[in-house]
Amino acid sequence: MLKHRVIPTLLIQNGDLIKTCKFKNPEYIGDPVNAIKIFNEKEVDELIVLDVSKSKDKLEPDYALIEEFAGECFMPLTYGGGVKNIEQAGRIFRLGVEKICLNSLCFDNIETIKSMVNRFGSQSIVASLDVKKSVLGGYKLQDSSNSTLYNTDYFETHLEQLLEAGVGEIMLGAIDKDGTLSGPDLKLIKKVSEGIGVPLISVGGISSLEEIKNSVQAGASAVAAGAFFVFHGKRRAVLITYPPYHELEALLN
Amino acid sequence: MIVVIDYGINNSSSVVRMIQKVGGNVKIGSKPEDLNEATKIVLPGVGHFDEGMKLLDESGFSESIKECVLNKKIPVLGICLGMQLLCECSEEGNKKGLGLVSAEVLHLNDSSRRELKIPHMGWNTLDITRCNPLLENDPEEQRFYFVHSYYVKPNASELCIAKTLYGSEFCSAFNSDNIFGVQFHPEKSHRFGISLMKKFVNI
Repeated sequence: MLKHRVIPTLLIQNGDLIKTCKFKNPEYIGDPVNAIKIFNEKEVDELIVLDVSKSKDKLEPDYALIEEFAGECFMPLTYGGGVKNIEQAGRIFRLGVEKICLNSLCFDNIETIKSMVNRFGSQSIVASLDVKKSVLGGYKLQDSSNSTLYNTDYFETHLEQLLEAGVGEIMLGAIDKDGTLSGPDLKLIKKVSEGIGVPLISVGGISSLEEIKNSVQAGASAVAAGAFFVFHGKRRAVLITYPPYHELEALLN
Repeated sequence: MIVVIDYGINNSSSVVRMIQKVGGNVKIGSKPEDLNEATKIVLPGVGHFDEGMKLLDESGFSESIKECVLNKKIPVLGICLGMQLLCECSEEGNKKGLGLVSAEVLHLNDSSRRELKIPHMGWNTLDITRCNPLLENDPEEQRFYFVHSYYVKPNASELCIAKTLYGSEFCSAFNSDNIFGVQFHPEKSHRFGISLMKKFVNI
């Protein structure tokens, strides 16, 4: 049977591997290529690399760096950060990347998303939705390139638009959970996964294998985590880890 | 020389890297003449069936692939959409496939998968259905990375060499003489994919 995927998510800023907390306070972790090599040896299910500096500063993706990443991956690689048009996407796919993750483009230009789906296929386009819990209930979407927050009622509309555009996966990030190691937002995972026919990748808050399992039970097809795979212990010492296959197998399948 | 066909919509670089990793002599073929020196052919592919066939037909690759595979008996490995393009036709489009094997391509969204997410995406296992040069019945579970919304349905069950369960079983690998197809991505399947590619390189 199909396995549930467990995916390390790596954040890149100006060529460095970093980790944020609630999308803020980037902490330097190390060399991304070295981290990817280690994850490849550990036979991770997939890898997601997000270059946060590109979207914020509206820069071109760093193609040389992406190619270096792809060269170390004998597993599927998803790239996100600064992709605005079909030409850029095509160039990134040719470097050996399987999927492109899009966030601000989902707000800016749904037509381009549609064209990408038609050109490269649904399976290669991941729509990333970053959400913040509203104090009045509901969830507010955030455009991560400029931190714009949208009204809670826009969430459903946005999701529907993306599904209609044909994206192959939804990556759902809980901003309040990012880097906190405080457990996933299971209600959010359940709510979103029930309404969609495509796989859901949940991300944010994972601090244990048990929480990965809970996320899967809440409806996630794949569970991504950042801090959990790069930090160790209370003092957040940098240590790159990934559970061996038999542990994940026993946990999830 | 193993030639990995680049016809515009595929991601040939990962396949090339994997073949290099297992010690194969490999190059990217972007025009039909590149197949002249081929001792093996890999046809990768991601995307729409009609788009893939259109690019193969217009570039002249379709004819040269058929010539190499049917007359010169050069081994060919189709990966993902590449496997599907070796078949006769697909529900995804209206164009004729290469027709090198007797099989059609159907959508996964039948009644057995009503509750399941499509595309079928992620790691899944194989059930090897007959002895073949590509996949061995190993006691250790072999898992491969899949990402697809359509699957190959052979007209005769002997074509199939491995099945995979997703709602119901479908043919995830086939072989007929020098023609091989895999629905999954060996180039993205860690040591399981490495082992398969090594076998193909050494055929």
